[in-house]
Amino acid sequence: MITRDDIAHLARLSRLALSDEELDHLAPQLDQIISSVAQVQEVAAEGIPATSHATGLTNVFRDDEPRPCLTPSEALSGAPAVELQRFKVPRILVEEG
Amino acid sequence: MTGMGRELTRKTATELAAAIAAGDVSAVEVTQAHLDQIAATDDRVRAFLHVATNEALAQARAVDEKRARGESLGALAGVPVAVKDLFATAGVPTTCGSKILQGWVPPYESTVTARLRAADAVVLGKTNMDEFAMGSSTENSGYGPSHNPWDLAKVPGGSSGGSAAAVAAFEAPLSLGTDTGGSIRQPAAVCGIVGTKPTYGGSSRYGVVAFASSLDTPGPLGRNVLDTALLHQVISGHDPMDATSIDAPVPPVVEAARHGDVSGMTIGVVTELAGDGYQPGVMSRFAEAVEVLQGLGAKVVEVSCPHFKYGLPAYYLIAPSEVSSNLARFDGMRYGLRAGTGSAEEVMATTRAAGFGAEAKRRIMLGTYALSSGYYDAYYGKAQQVRTLIIRDFEAAFSQVDVLVSPATPTTAFDIGERADDPMAMYLADLCTIPSNLAGNAALSVPVGLAPENGLPVGLQVMAPPLADDRLYRVAAAVEAAFDSRRGHPLLAEAKGLGA
Repeated sequence: MITRDDIAHLARLSRLALSDEELDHLAPQLDQIISSVAQVQEVAAEGIPATSHATGLTNVFRDDEPRPCLTPSEALSGAPAVELQRFKVPRILVEEG
Repeated sequence: MTGMGRELTRKTATELAAAIAAGDVSAVEVTQAHLDQIAATDDRVRAFLHVATNEALAQARAVDEKRARGESLGALAGVPVAVKDLFATAGVPTTCGSKILQGWVPPYESTVTARLRAADAVVLGKTNMDEFAMGSSTENSGYGPSHNPWDLAKVPGGSSGGSAAAVAAFEAPLSLGTDTGGSIRQPAAVCGIVGTKPTYGGSSRYGVVAFASSLDTPGPLGRNVLDTALLHQVISGHDPMDATSIDAPVPPVVEAARHGDVSGMTIGVVTELAGDGYQPGVMSRFAEAVEVLQGLGAKVVEVSCPHFKYGLPAYYLIAPSEVSSNLARFDGMRYGLRAGTGSAEEVMATTRAAGFGAEAKRRIMLGTYALSSGYYDAYYGKAQQVRTLIIRDFEAAFSQVDVLVSPATPTTAFDIGERADDPMAMYLADLCTIPSNLAGNAALSVPVGLAPENGLPVGLQVMAPPLADDRLYRVAAAVEAAFDSRRGHPLLAEAKGLGA
């Protein structure tokens, strides 16, 4: 059983500032979905390898050659805030104390 | 709209390309006819999020000039194509159906749309979709749902619902979608058109905004099998910019679509893709299609794929897990929406809560749960093992048969609103399509008639081994020819949702 507290914790881990109404709405839905997908646990999978993707390709490299790339103004073209040709972001470190 | 314009929108992509190349009609006239059709119908269908009128006409003019100079033309020269709004298109807005990307204009182009332009196709605009391709109805779009041209009160399927609706409403002869759990095949089926999920790795994901990277596959939608194969061919092939792209020749899909012939083929009917939850009219049309295939000389056998029933739960662990990781990049820092004040972490959480819709939030949290320590082995790990078992089911089946068939969807198009807040009911729409995403093999949906109880289209799903995409078109072309000749006209001639 997934509780509302579990859902609030998941929302924090997911960086989603959800309202109380959203948490109330999502909690029973996620509980229902998780109980349903738990069916995968019925499968006897002793010794069965995991598949992460279907092509079987591993370690694909391309030649390390210089090629054209975005200009700084192209790279910054979608930025919410820009200063001195850089992404301007809110404070990341919080002062101690 | 003028009579000639209407006539142009009814032509196939193959006919349009030939007429433009021969100089019977200009690319500008063809593009304008489709822009007129969009203007006349899209207030009801709402297939497009952005119509690139000026860019499309400029591209069309460039094709006409190229022809006037006597230069050789690309395979889709002057043919208008509608593009799902998750392909990055340089200078043209790309939202993924999400408010978090409202107003974003990509500074670069996806490989698939670059190949479209290299083939001289005309990009008409960007089509509506479930937010970040998560959904089966377009109701999860941040910009409102698209409507099914057969019945405007019904969903057009999803997530590539705008792309399917645009083609079914004659707004474009071809469109591009992506298929992660059925997002091309399911909307194609419920809109009465053809849609293909190529072999995973057969078409590049570079510049396709990521949903579930191990499953996402760009592919074509069209009104008939040959047109769809033509677009399939144009967008496919190895791309060094996508590390999961397969370095192998493109299967001969166009050739196969020109020679629909199933005599001597062995076709397997999947036992597990039938039964409870399947609409009677879907099953009767499916049974009829199987009889048609038999009549055309195919040997039909029943094949059991015992692990397919775990496909849906495995998918709803794997896809959300990948989503929770992929959508972490939408943090309000470098592009897209930024909301709230305070620290970076507070801004991130506020931005994501404001920018993502309910289904994106559900799946991010589901994936975060499935990947958390203590649950990883029981959920994500187990789902990955199920994925192996489903691949083995396919391998065993394809050792006995050339292709597998099933209904493409358990039901015909449902009402807008019917499943909007019932995620488990919505997820069932992809019951038949998910196994091929988990296994990475090729699959398509081709129309096989209307369900007698409601007059809505039914799709036949054909599944082929990885890199045997050409078999899909051989079978689909045979089925299409048989039904068209029996009916005397293409199925879409019966669509009544837009009147006339």
